[in-house]
Amino acid sequence: MADLNPVRAWRRMLALPNESRTKTLIVAFLVAAASTLLLSGATVLLRPIQAQNRAAEAQAQLAALIGGIPGMTDLLQAAGGQLSTVVIDLERGAAAQGVTPENLEEVLAEGSNWTQLAPGEDLAGLGRRPDFARIYLLREGDAIRLLLLPMAGAGYNGTINTIMALQGDLSTVAGFAIMEHRETPGLGARIDEPAWLAQFVGRQTRDERGQLRFAVARGPAGSVHEVDGITGATRTTNGISQMVRFWLGPQGYGPLLEAIRRGEF
Amino acid sequence: MADVTPALRPRPQRLWRIVSEPLIRQNPVTVQILGICSALAVTTQLATALTMAAALTAVVVMAAGIISLIRHHIPNSIRLIVQIVIIAALVGVIDQLLRAFLPDISRRLSVFVSLITTNCIVMGHTESFARRNPPLPAMADALGSGLGYSLVLVTIGALRELFGSGTLMGQPVLPTVEQGGWFEPLSLMLLAPSAFFMLGLLVWAVRSWRPEQAEPLDFAPPLRAEEVLR
Repeated sequence: MADLNPVRAWRRMLALPNESRTKTLIVAFLVAAASTLLLSGATVLLRPIQAQNRAAEAQAQLAALIGGIPGMTDLLQAAGGQLSTVVIDLERGAAAQGVTPENLEEVLAEGSNWTQLAPGEDLAGLGRRPDFARIYLLREGDAIRLLLLPMAGAGYNGTINTIMALQGDLSTVAGFAIMEHRETPGLGARIDEPAWLAQFVGRQTRDERGQLRFAVARGPAGSVHEVDGITGATRTTNGISQMVRFWLGPQGYGPLLEAIRRGEF
Repeated sequence: MADVTPALRPRPQRLWRIVSEPLIRQNPVTVQILGICSALAVTTQLATALTMAAALTAVVVMAAGIISLIRHHIPNSIRLIVQIVIIAALVGVIDQLLRAFLPDISRRLSVFVSLITTNCIVMGHTESFARRNPPLPAMADALGSGLGYSLVLVTIGALRELFGSGTLMGQPVLPTVEQGGWFEPLSLMLLAPSAFFMLGLLVWAVRSWRPEQAEPLDFAPPLRAEEVLR
């Protein structure tokens, strides 16, 4: 009868010659299992701290973005030092009913609150787009002076998350910040260099007839609608061009921008 | 303890020799020229160099200890994979820890923490030493080479930060022209080539001090023109 005592079975396994197939398989399995356990344990335990760090960093980036726009700090102070946060319904281009910044995350956890994008519309390579988005506003009196629009799009190695600040005319870029990216260090990752981001300031995303014109150029910028490209980072910078066009277009914040222009927002 | 052969008995002097050997005489970076990829990439600032050095030392010591503990039971046919899996798991844990507690430095180190997995120093010491020795000497050996690597990283990191931005650990040391001082930062120090220059100068300095480290020439240099014509 087979010996089922686990301690003796363990000893018998250890006593097997190292080259035996059984022991090789068992050792490989045990090492893999122990390593997996260690790594997933660390990841799960440390996730809340990392999430906190990311949130604090996002807040700091937002503050830096606003701080970098001339005159905005004073305006912000006049408005009580706080941006107003609004969740908007992208489809209707108006403030969302029943969705607040607090419960936005829960709402977006449900697949029914996302819209699948047809390949032709999916400029940013996202596959699907949330129906609700959190934006930040700064008003002076009734007029909107600054609009902070979060944007996401496919880069070379993963999704790039950014925020674009538009001035009250809804065409002039007031600032651009990269919140998160996973691009190649030294090439695509240069998108978060301050010198490159500074060029966005003052660019026009639309021409006189209201057509979307923004692009990252290949090489040096040729017009007021372009910023310089980054050598060796074509996929990344194309991703940014497409992302801006998608989010300012009809599938993104287009309806909202229309509503603001008509004075309905 | 009578059944332990004298050579294997972990005596303090012997352990100290194992630890101190790789600091200068057998330094993994300046003598063996191992692990220089990361040594060059993370040394623009002292803080990143220190963090990287600590991360690598922790990984190599733990990996050596674990591999040495199970050394009698690692099948030869899969030994490299087993070692890499163990090292990679440890590196993953260290990476997560850095992300949680030093998010800023972790972002500046970017991929180089994950690349500790493929660092020749870690692989070399687990494969050549930890696999054949008991845990204590194995960890001592790993600690020694980790510290040897750290020594070079910290030296280069300190020099590059001092001359490249006039600071140490972010604290101003040399007053730069921008802040009304006299020191014009050498921007070259912040670029990759300067790391090669610094490492080369360091190797030169160490080998002039200890000529026995210089390697014999691989081939005789060709005669000079005047010697041929004579």
